[in-house]
Amino acid sequence: MTTIAELPPGFADKVLSAQSTFRSVMDAMARPGSVQRIVPTAGTSHTMMRGTAAIALTLFDHDTPLWLDARMSESSDVAKWLKFHTGAPVIQDSSIASFALISDGASLPALERFALGTSEYPDRSTTLILQVESLESGRSFELRGPGIDGVATLQASIRPFDLFDRLRVNETLFPRGIDMVLVADDAVVAIPRTTRVVNKGS
Amino acid sequence: MNAPAYNFAYLDEQTKRMIRRAILKAIAIPGYQVPFASREMPMPYGWGTGGVQVTAAILGPQDVLKVIDQGSDDTTNAISIRKFFAKTAGVATTTATEDATVIQTRHRIPETALHENQVLVYQVPIPEPLRFLEPRETETRRMHALAEYGLMHVKLYEDIARFGHIATAYAYPVKVNARYVMDPSPTPKFDNPKMDNCPALQLFGAGREKRIYAIPPYTKVVSLDFEDHPFEPYRFNAPCALCAAENSYLDEIVTDDKGGRMFVCSDTDYCEGRQAAGHHGSLSAAPYKEKAGSHG
Repeated sequence: MTTIAELPPGFADKVLSAQSTFRSVMDAMARPGSVQRIVPTAGTSHTMMRGTAAIALTLFDHDTPLWLDARMSESSDVAKWLKFHTGAPVIQDSSIASFALISDGASLPALERFALGTSEYPDRSTTLILQVESLESGRSFELRGPGIDGVATLQASIRPFDLFDRLRVNETLFPRGIDMVLVADDAVVAIPRTTRVVNKGS
Repeated sequence: MNAPAYNFAYLDEQTKRMIRRAILKAIAIPGYQVPFASREMPMPYGWGTGGVQVTAAILGPQDVLKVIDQGSDDTTNAISIRKFFAKTAGVATTTATEDATVIQTRHRIPETALHENQVLVYQVPIPEPLRFLEPRETETRRMHALAEYGLMHVKLYEDIARFGHIATAYAYPVKVNARYVMDPSPTPKFDNPKMDNCPALQLFGAGREKRIYAIPPYTKVVSLDFEDHPFEPYRFNAPCALCAAENSYLDEIVTDDKGGRMFVCSDTDYCEGRQAAGHHGSLSAAPYKEKAGSHG
């Protein structure tokens, strides 16, 4: 049985690490497709990447219901670590989650199962944090939208392979929609609901 | 110098997390006003409590902060907010627009073009552009949901019917990313074109009204108008009396009780930069000398 003493640590400096992590995530969200680095590290298990752990410590608390995918919730270390360090309630109903952590992208549920916000309150939507294989190599995607000067090119190995096809619901739903944060180790790329894929290379 | 009794940048960490989440949603939905649990700040409403909370949530030790009040770095509001963050966050401060990484502003956008490594934080008194047309929050929220902005066009039309032109001179409504009509805060409409396709991230904080909204970089921002009455930025038809600038936004300063007046740049950093570069206006001699003298 894991006791709290055996849990991996959180940030060494809670205040400045959270600030630095937030600025990386904010820059990622403001400039979709750009790869931002997360410098501060916290202890993690192998299921949760260090970028994901830093984002969790920066944005999660008792006000943010959290949904974990099967691989994340199977790992009791992850749930305990999140509960101890963030206090965020882990819930089963993904449609009321503020954040969703997805470790196994291949089994990403249909996006409609998450909170999409309402027309009056489109901000009341789930932010998906998806761990991917790489944000440096793989297929290239050309992105357009607010935050992008013309076209941004993202090279990434992402599962599910049809992620950007699925995200096309954002076009018809807007201003409702799903905002995604992709994490590969310490690299972060955000795909807010306004971003459109114009061209998918190989 | 850090005041040890306070957390870094004054706000507690739970508050910062809440504000940071609101900022992320605001960026994801350009022009949409995200409600947030605005805190009481050690300054009265109307003094920039919304902007201060946004700045406190994003500021880090590496940042260089500039604060302007109607373009000026040296008015009471600007100085007290700059000192507030110098004291509670220990950040470096500057008056030079190009050196700043975070610029908090009340009612102006700097004349110097902003760049990608900057965040512009606006202090907003009334974030809802439709509020004076429809006082009920439930109704304005539905109007935004349906993108029902006819009332705003009627208001601009009534300007034309009454004055012959669109007489709205500040807080001139804009449409962001072809979706949300947004109040740019009471900036002069002269500044509206600077919001369009701006390389810097623009964040807006309204403390009393408890709203945060944003314009991501490189986002289309269009001032509302009509085909036969296109949007026109307004500027006094005069050069700056101190630096002779022909393209900056001017303040009118009454100099005597006989109708005398002078026009000077509202952006003090821009004006001082031009004077230092050798540009002199019709009245620049005395103030320029005085400034040179005070530096010994």
